[in-house]
Amino acid sequence: MTIQGWLLIAAFLGILLALTKPMGLWLHALYEGRRTPLHLALGPVERGFYRLSGIDPDREQSWRGYAIHMLIFSAVTTLFTYAVLRLQAFLPLNTPGLAGIGPDGAFNTAISFATNTNWQWYSGEAAMSNLSQMLGLAIHNFLSAAVGISLAFALFRGFARRESGTIGNFWADLTRVTLYLLLPICVVYALVLIAGGVPQTLTQQVTATTLEGAQQTIALGPVASQEAIKMLGTNGGGFYNGNSAHPFENPSDWTNLLQMLSIFTIGFGLTWLFGKAVGNTRQGWAILSAMIVLFLVGVTVAYGAEATGNPVLHQLGVPGGNMEGKEVRFGIAASALFSVVTTAASCGAVNAMLDSFTPLGGLVPLFNMQLGEVVVGGVGAGIYGFLLFAILAVFVAGLMVGRTPEYVGKKIEAREVKLAVLAIAVLPLIILGGTAVASVVPAGLAGPLNNGPHGFSEILYAFTSSVGNNGSAFAGLTAGTPFYNGLLGVAMWLGRLFVIVPMLAIAGSLAAKKHTPASAGSFPTTGGLWIGLLIGIILILGGLTFLPSLALGPIADHLSMIRGQLF
Amino acid sequence: MADTQAKSLFTADLMVPAIKASFLKLDPRQLVRNPVMFVTACVALLLTLLLNSGGDGLSGGFKIQLVIWLWLTVLFGTFAEALAEGRGKAQAASLRATKAELTAKRLKNGRTDQVAASQLRAGELVLVGTGDLIPADGEVVEGVASVNEAAITGESAPVIREAGGDRSAVTAGTRVISDQITVRVTADPGQGFLDRMIALVEGAERQKTPNEVALTILLVGLTIIFLIAVGTVPAFAHYAGGAIPVVVLSALLITLIPTTIAALLSAIGIAGMDRLVRFNVLAKSGRAVEAAGDVDVLLLDKTGTITIGDRQASEFRAVGGTTEAELAEAALLASLADETPEGRSIVALARDLFDLQRPLPTGAEVIPFTAQTRVSGIRFDTTLIQKGAVDSILRANPGTGETAAATELRRITDEIARAGGTPLAVAKDGRLLGATFLKDVVKAGIRERFGELRQMGIRTVMITGDNPLTAAAIAAEAGVDDFLAQTTPEDKLALIRQEQAGGKLVAMCGDGTNDAPALAQADVGVAMNTGTQAAREAGNMVDLDSDPTKLIEVVGLGKQLLMTRGALTTFSVANDVAKYFAIIPAMFVVLYPGLSVLNVMALGSPNSAILSAIIFNALIIPALVPLALKGVAYRPMGAGPLLRRNLLIYGLGGLVAPFIGIKLIDLVINAAGLA
Repeated sequence: MTIQGWLLIAAFLGILLALTKPMGLWLHALYEGRRTPLHLALGPVERGFYRLSGIDPDREQSWRGYAIHMLIFSAVTTLFTYAVLRLQAFLPLNTPGLAGIGPDGAFNTAISFATNTNWQWYSGEAAMSNLSQMLGLAIHNFLSAAVGISLAFALFRGFARRESGTIGNFWADLTRVTLYLLLPICVVYALVLIAGGVPQTLTQQVTATTLEGAQQTIALGPVASQEAIKMLGTNGGGFYNGNSAHPFENPSDWTNLLQMLSIFTIGFGLTWLFGKAVGNTRQGWAILSAMIVLFLVGVTVAYGAEATGNPVLHQLGVPGGNMEGKEVRFGIAASALFSVVTTAASCGAVNAMLDSFTPLGGLVPLFNMQLGEVVVGGVGAGIYGFLLFAILAVFVAGLMVGRTPEYVGKKIEAREVKLAVLAIAVLPLIILGGTAVASVVPAGLAGPLNNGPHGFSEILYAFTSSVGNNGSAFAGLTAGTPFYNGLLGVAMWLGRLFVIVPMLAIAGSLAAKKHTPASAGSFPTTGGLWIGLLIGIILILGGLTFLPSLALGPIADHLSMIRGQLF
Repeated sequence: MADTQAKSLFTADLMVPAIKASFLKLDPRQLVRNPVMFVTACVALLLTLLLNSGGDGLSGGFKIQLVIWLWLTVLFGTFAEALAEGRGKAQAASLRATKAELTAKRLKNGRTDQVAASQLRAGELVLVGTGDLIPADGEVVEGVASVNEAAITGESAPVIREAGGDRSAVTAGTRVISDQITVRVTADPGQGFLDRMIALVEGAERQKTPNEVALTILLVGLTIIFLIAVGTVPAFAHYAGGAIPVVVLSALLITLIPTTIAALLSAIGIAGMDRLVRFNVLAKSGRAVEAAGDVDVLLLDKTGTITIGDRQASEFRAVGGTTEAELAEAALLASLADETPEGRSIVALARDLFDLQRPLPTGAEVIPFTAQTRVSGIRFDTTLIQKGAVDSILRANPGTGETAAATELRRITDEIARAGGTPLAVAKDGRLLGATFLKDVVKAGIRERFGELRQMGIRTVMITGDNPLTAAAIAAEAGVDDFLAQTTPEDKLALIRQEQAGGKLVAMCGDGTNDAPALAQADVGVAMNTGTQAAREAGNMVDLDSDPTKLIEVVGLGKQLLMTRGALTTFSVANDVAKYFAIIPAMFVVLYPGLSVLNVMALGSPNSAILSAIIFNALIIPALVPLALKGVAYRPMGAGPLLRRNLLIYGLGGLVAPFIGIKLIDLVINAAGLA
């Protein structure tokens, strides 16, 4: 570990903290449906959308209405992308004449992008036409992110409202978030990336003559525009197979820093918005503090493991940290930080080969996702996942102050506990269940590249990443088979659905409740004690479930490595 | 019920039936109500059936020990519940005996006939004479009698029950010791107070409270999560080229699922109700006890709660040239025959201040207080001394209203009111002498109690019929947060509704019929046992001692119940960390020997590690039974310090204790060669 490495991490957090409140304020205007300066230019566009589609943005929906409209929207857009991918060969902007995607692959990819997972079994530049990239995939990068933020808004309203039957209008939230938040930032962001060297063109490929005189075809396309939303919306689906390790996606160390910042910035802002929405910004800072502590632990372990390197190689006379699978222009600190940021935040982007990380370095991203990606998390998804844990933490420990548990003025009762437990239990069920199936049946066992615990980690990582809607790949796993495409597709869909629907039901149930004003007798949900408690509950309830699987995967891998056996 | 002394928990007369009952409770129909323990019992049964199957390379002795400890885990749970129920059972038996012997003299068409109490229906009239047991709950419609209610309250001093007014309710099983009353029955058979008490102390009809239901859901959820975690291990082990014996997987599952809190959950609830019963408060539901812990606002009647019921004379204030001694003498004479506490305090004050010793003059005529004149006094020889409220005295002596003395008197009485007192004017032969300052005496220590309540975030509101001036003075002296003066029952109801609209939970106590709507509206309504039947029906708790101050303790007991539940849940969940560290390395070390470094407790062998974890998991249940039954130590303090304290003890304690416990058990097992 180096001073520069730690300075990078400190600068990263410092910039984010400075951006938290401004971002939160902006989100607050959208949350409340207030006018922003952008309304001058974009207001007519918004109203035009409503008029065209016959939506009354002021007509609020119950949680059921919100959920049903959201599900219909997701289903329709998923089918649309499926069709675009299947029919790719017949559609325009397909210069290389790429064939249509097979049924299992299209099924997997459509769900993958619609659920904000962006798991990619294929190699982007080799399989997708520019039209597929833009119309089939990038559209979901915006919409799945906007859906996530809308859902967070809905849950916040549940906490903030008193005896209300509604939690907002899905279409209004979706439109406003896309129009006033994601699009404007992405336009500027894409221009900055272009300035940094990222291509933005409709030309799909150029042919270059290399120094040796050989002909090389270099894939190009609208990369910058996709790259911007890939990060900001915590999607992670790369234009290229190399993702953010590819020099056209992530040319330099400052674009790397910018990309990491853009992954976290909305997530940080949403914690502030939560506090603002429930009438006490300290509530938001408390959540953010817990997230940052968990994040820093992850960074320290991952960075430490990577910087320490591989003892087997040390004995062979190769000293230093683990540089296998890393881009030299980023180095160890930026690669370790990037991996922790992306897996904490449900952004499937990678700028290094996770498969080549040391076992403990690879354990951190895995564990981050197994916690439910609540450490900052995906835009929207992170905070609502976190609030599910907060509900359970309040319920377990809140009784200890001698009152029925309550959180930010809302009593936590049987219904909320039931729904929160349901949402949290689905994660291990699909991750561990899927991994169990894949580690027994021949079609599953055919996947991993390596044997032993490392191969097990590859399978475990694939299911964890899918269910957590992260989408990052450990690599090493041959996932483009009907078995994995189908199973992982279902896993992604269940992983999203079974968190969202119970979460919205909680929002509805909370909104209908009275508000209990805080008093000296109320359970304190700000301050160090609460932060510590939250971390404890997340680690015990979210993490312990996965200890057996981690023990047989990365932990066994690590311990074998120390004993000189590599997999 | 008279048993207010805390009995030791582990006396033989409670233990023996509890041990018997703990086996009876293994009945699957009963066990299934507690899903976590049901799963434990199923696993124990499965392993019992698998005892003879070999092939897993484990010794029979190890497996038998494991099976025994699993069954003990289940039994410890049923034992905790049985023990908690035990105390109530004995009380229920004696109450039942009382009930069985009840007969009634039913009044029908002007005649009486002797029937069993169980035949009485609501609305019928019964005659109860001296020495009779009252056959059913009801309301006195005619007569007045003194009644011994020891069977219910444990208090043997008789109480007066009379037709009309706020002391008309009578309870089945209490005994009339003088006079005769006619009672209209208000409860059908099986619905009476006695029936409810029997059901309550026995815990037979115990329904899970809302909070208990929510907690059970969480525990079931955790059980499912851990079933998934353990159920997928065989597939993972298969990948790693090995197999984990069912016995070992079962051990992991049982140690991970929250058996500790699940085993103690119903015992905590029963014990909480039992504490209330022994405190002579009957809650009609567990929900009411939980609500008590949540209370934000306490409505407290001034008289009897904040001030001692009786006002005390503290000063004589003379007017118009009368000396204080003259006034004192007149007041003394007027009060000699007055047996009320106020009257006696006037006599005492006159004696203390002026050393006046006067017997009742011979031939004196005592003028009693009547609702019409509102003045009392004494007439002897040619002298007439009157005392009463200022307005009443002025009215009784026409023409005095315009005198200078009257003006002065009014000024003085205003001052007295502002100081929180009640003025009692005295007149002699139509001449105004002055006023006696009757002071409301605030109970000792009550100010500190209110301070504690404030720390706990509970607001106190004093309810009084006094005028606002007096009320403000007393409120300031007692340190309540707010007061409601010249209160009508409608005001009370309105105040409760207003607080509830703001999301607050309100507790109050009351006794009169006109309190009934407010008692019913309040989240916690404690009715005084001496009150009317209507009040007792409306409240969700009945205080058998009729002591309104107890409302504060009731809140404390509610909080203690919730705290005990929370503390043991936290402890139980925190325990899992250590158990993982005991079993995971033991389970997987055959697959990857490197995993032995996870054996941070340095347990002797894989078998002893598994056995130690299971034994700890079982033994922690009886170890925590006393805590579950007595409740965690409760001190009034704010939520912040309370959480810090409990989190330290039960959270951190729950994390650390099993590491130590499992290690110690492992040492014993290895020393004894058990594994």
